[in-house]
Amino acid sequence: MDGFLFDYLPILILTLIAVVVSGLFIVLALTVYPDRPDPEKLSAYESGFDAFGDARGKFDVRFYLVAILFIIFDLEVAFLFPWVVALKDIGLYGWLSMGVFLTILTVGFAYEWKKGALEWE
Amino acid sequence: MATLTVTPVVAEILLAVGAMALLLVGVYGGKRTLSTVWTGSVALVVLAGAAVLWSSDQAPGVQEAFGGMLLLDGFAVFTKVLIAVGSAGVLVMSRGYLVKRDLDRFEYPVLAVLSTLGMFIMVSATDMLTVYVGLELQSLALYVLAAFARDRARSTEAGLKYFVLGALSSGMLLYGISLVYGFAGSTAFTDIAAIAAGDGAAGNIGLIVGLVFVLAGLAFKISAVPFHMWTPDVYEGAPTSVTAFFSAAPKVASMALFVRIAMGAFDDMIDQWQQVAIFLAVASMVVGTGLALVQTNIKRLLAYSSITHVGYVLAALAAGGEAGREAVIYYMAIYITMTAGAFAVVLCMRQDEKYSEDIADLAGLVKTRPALAVAMGILMISLLGFPPFLGFWAKYTAFLAVVDAGLVWLAVIGMIASVVGGYYYLRVVKLMFFDEPAASFEPQRDRGVKGVILTTAVANSPLSLLLFGPLNTAAANASRAFGL
Repeated sequence: MDGFLFDYLPILILTLIAVVVSGLFIVLALTVYPDRPDPEKLSAYESGFDAFGDARGKFDVRFYLVAILFIIFDLEVAFLFPWVVALKDIGLYGWLSMGVFLTILTVGFAYEWKKGALEWE
Repeated sequence: MATLTVTPVVAEILLAVGAMALLLVGVYGGKRTLSTVWTGSVALVVLAGAAVLWSSDQAPGVQEAFGGMLLLDGFAVFTKVLIAVGSAGVLVMSRGYLVKRDLDRFEYPVLAVLSTLGMFIMVSATDMLTVYVGLELQSLALYVLAAFARDRARSTEAGLKYFVLGALSSGMLLYGISLVYGFAGSTAFTDIAAIAAGDGAAGNIGLIVGLVFVLAGLAFKISAVPFHMWTPDVYEGAPTSVTAFFSAAPKVASMALFVRIAMGAFDDMIDQWQQVAIFLAVASMVVGTGLALVQTNIKRLLAYSSITHVGYVLAALAAGGEAGREAVIYYMAIYITMTAGAFAVVLCMRQDEKYSEDIADLAGLVKTRPALAVAMGILMISLLGFPPFLGFWAKYTAFLAVVDAGLVWLAVIGMIASVVGGYYYLRVVKLMFFDEPAASFEPQRDRGVKGVILTTAVANSPLSLLLFGPLNTAAANASRAFGL
């Protein structure tokens, strides 16, 4: 086997672990878990909403706000991971770049906090 | 370690840091600091324009920043100063209107500054990635501004429409960029230009399809027919000060970006993009003029007027080369004075505690508000392009470039469109000067609006004979100093 494919071995292992663990949960749920269904349990989970209904149904706009804020900080973490791994190679320039990025995010965070976007009531 | 060159991007850094500082001042200071944020925003935009001039003096020729992702050449300097002037001018006349409409919130000037930052990046971009970042920063701020009167159905409709169609155009642009990247192997303009100049570029179908998608995405932003449908609705629905902002600086930035991509990255594929530009130009001139004839709302009229003017600019662009580029920026420089002035007059159309947008309400304006009527008359005739008003020189330069490029028939269509367009501009003039008064507008006390009307009316009047020479020289120099 050549080195090129060998480099991808960790991904194969990770895939196998994922299949085994998730398969295990399904098998356990079918065999061990007590089976007492009710309509709520059987309905598809859709973030607390009815899974089927009028597409024009109203929902609170605050959900939207929370989702947007979540995505921003979710992305921040997604950027931080590769940055951490590469920090040795990118040096001070890379460190400062991330500093600028985080500062901008913090300014936005301070704005939304003061505006009360984080308060539910 | 990569070296960091900041001299060419001082203006951008200034705008970014300033906008964030103003945001925090506004949100923590509340009502007390509202005036500070407004003054600060206008000062910031003016300062950014000055910073561009300062940066261009620091080194001769083309300056690069961020490893060639951005550049500063004479072309960028000219358009950035234009954008700064347009943004600052519209900001100055906005606040009085917003106060009267109960919309005076500190986010407004901050968003305008952020949008200006996006425009600066668009103008300087020399990589598809910076193009996209700049374009999105500009657009996202404008989507919010369009829906700024969020408890008004028409404003939110305008914001939503603009957002949905803007997202669609961004999608087309990104799809085009991905194709260009796939077939050219790079997102940098220099690399794309090398591929476009090489053998077989004309037969590279993938690259051409990518180019067409990129141009279609940009055509949305400059509202060229057939990508213009959003323009009248958004212009009409958005608060008037926002419409004024839309029609000035962002148009300059998008047009400069169009030039940068067509004449920078794809300069050697002019045979390919010229057809696209000619089609967009003819369609915009004909459809814009035709639909403007039947408008009764002044904001919709100016929307169709802007579509027609984009057609003339695209005709100049289709001419290609240095002359075409010069005509484009020269036209845009003159166009923003006309459109900003016209919208400043619309901001004066207030009676019975309400802002009117009905063209019929302008009837007999010369009897009730003579100075305003004369100013509007000058601006309308300048928009029509009648000599010796300033708008004439814009059209003259554009058609000269078109004829010199051998596209005589395109210039003829443009002139016919101009003549037909004369009807709706002159109709406004006729209403104001020869009809019985229909409405009496409240006197305008806002010094910003007055100042903008006075400046633009004087600039567009026959006194422009003094102005068009230096402006033309500046545009010619800027066009010659095109870095990529």
